[in-house]
Amino acid sequence: MAALVKSPNQVDLTINTDLARQILTGFIHSEITRVGLSRAVIGLSGGLDSALSCFLAVEALGPENVLAVRMPYRTSSPQSLEHAQLVIDQLGVQSITVDITPMVEPLFERFPDVSPHRRGNVMARERMIILYDQSEAFGGLVVGTGNKTEILLGYTTLYGDSASALNPLGDLYKTQVRQLARAVGVPEVIIEKAPSADLIIGQTDEGDLGYTYAEVDKLLYLLVDQRYSPEDLVEAGFAETFVSSVVERVRRNHFKRMLPLIAKVSNRTVGYDFLYLRDWGT
Amino acid sequence: MKLSLALAQINTRLGNVQANLEKHLELAEEARRQGADLLVFPELSLTGYVLQDLTPTVALKPSRDQPVFRRLLEASQDLDLVVGFVDEDRRSRFYIAAAYLSRGEIVHIHHKVYLPTYGLFDEGRFFAWGEQVRAFDTRFGRVGILICEDFWHASPPYLLWLDGADLMIFTSASPGRGLSSEPQLDSARWVEHINQAYASLFTTFVAHANRVGYEDGLNFWGGSTLFDPSGKLLARGPYHQEALTVTEVDLNQLHRTRAALPLLRDERTSLVQKEMARILQKDYGTERR
Repeated sequence: MAALVKSPNQVDLTINTDLARQILTGFIHSEITRVGLSRAVIGLSGGLDSALSCFLAVEALGPENVLAVRMPYRTSSPQSLEHAQLVIDQLGVQSITVDITPMVEPLFERFPDVSPHRRGNVMARERMIILYDQSEAFGGLVVGTGNKTEILLGYTTLYGDSASALNPLGDLYKTQVRQLARAVGVPEVIIEKAPSADLIIGQTDEGDLGYTYAEVDKLLYLLVDQRYSPEDLVEAGFAETFVSSVVERVRRNHFKRMLPLIAKVSNRTVGYDFLYLRDWGT
Repeated sequence: MKLSLALAQINTRLGNVQANLEKHLELAEEARRQGADLLVFPELSLTGYVLQDLTPTVALKPSRDQPVFRRLLEASQDLDLVVGFVDEDRRSRFYIAAAYLSRGEIVHIHHKVYLPTYGLFDEGRFFAWGEQVRAFDTRFGRVGILICEDFWHASPPYLLWLDGADLMIFTSASPGRGLSSEPQLDSARWVEHINQAYASLFTTFVAHANRVGYEDGLNFWGGSTLFDPSGKLLARGPYHQEALTVTEVDLNQLHRTRAALPLLRDERTSLVQKEMARILQKDYGTERR
């Protein structure tokens, strides 16, 4: 099997963007309207994933039915705010800006030795609180912005940015998100800049992860979608440390992809033998 | 002989038989208005697809007195219908089923014989396996019905062919998967290929009705097709949208294709039987490795 992957460069992650657009906008429309709603709430960071999610939501529901929420912290890059505004202006969606600084600072003051990592998680969860509150106020579902790369790598805050009602980009690798973003007209400046969670000054995703999205997307595609073994991929030329660190990272972060574990004691238990889709009855 | 064949690629409400029934009746009315003789609905069209624990609660025991079937049978007086449902047998086994209804009668019920239980599929957990592949007579000639995974295996269409089916009706609730640079999903491309192949190999009509819509994150891609006995595409529904695709079929194409290409005449069934007996008699369990 390994012979099939002569070089990592042979992996083609190109998607048909017309088809992706049709499926994803249909998904957003279906999953929101079937619960009796017609609106969406999206946290717009100024980055690629949330910009694309916003474009798709507008295509599915119309700009008047989409609320973009900007939630800067005092150290957030001003550029993030500007880029989010570009999307808001281009799409004509409703928008509000909620500064999270006065909400999270008291917690940081209470624990002065809080690490950057913890601060990042608190900010992500504060944003979740605001989005879910706006969801109720606006009468719309929270549309998530996570992509397949970050879901698999667990590069996300549990119950923070990972929390949403539906996740249209969750089966597209970051490379594919970029391709689709270009096709639907996301501003080029957003597509071109280095992806960043913008939780810490100067942070970039690729700096945090230690590899580029282009590299890790190919590896994940071969491991997950094509079911290659790690040994096959080392033989095909991927660095052994790279392969093993990614494999381990996917395993270690699986808890972020699961609901809390329920201890089974009865004869019929949610999640084990009480099985219904969320779309039950609709 | 002409047959106006309608393929209804519909969305369904998951677990709401009554709502789905009303939709069937509306489409029957529309198909009738367009002059259709036969209207085919997708797999599990009365219930939705990922039923899981809803299975026993949506199951029907088809008869003239059963309220859902009574209304469908009324609608079948002047329009033959193929509908998808969960069939509960007398001993409460649940089957993925398709019924052929005509002139107020239940002409045939097919139970799905291959239940995919791998990947995203979990049918074997909730359903019993059908035990028969049978063609049956209709006012348009001899017909056979298969449901989705049934026709991913080569043997059920082959059996229907030998049992006399000149029109194969395939129904699906096929979840879309395999997005690439191609204009179609892998799953759509595969299903169309094999439908066309069966029509060509068996010189028979192959009609496929596939549903649309979403259930949780699964999308159903539609793209219902009709191929003629020479493998020619006569009709294709749109992808991912509800549609009623009505096509006038000239059944005499069977005569013309088979006059030129006598694959059915030349099929050596006794050779198949002899070799099959030999293959199955050998220690099949260990030999196949």
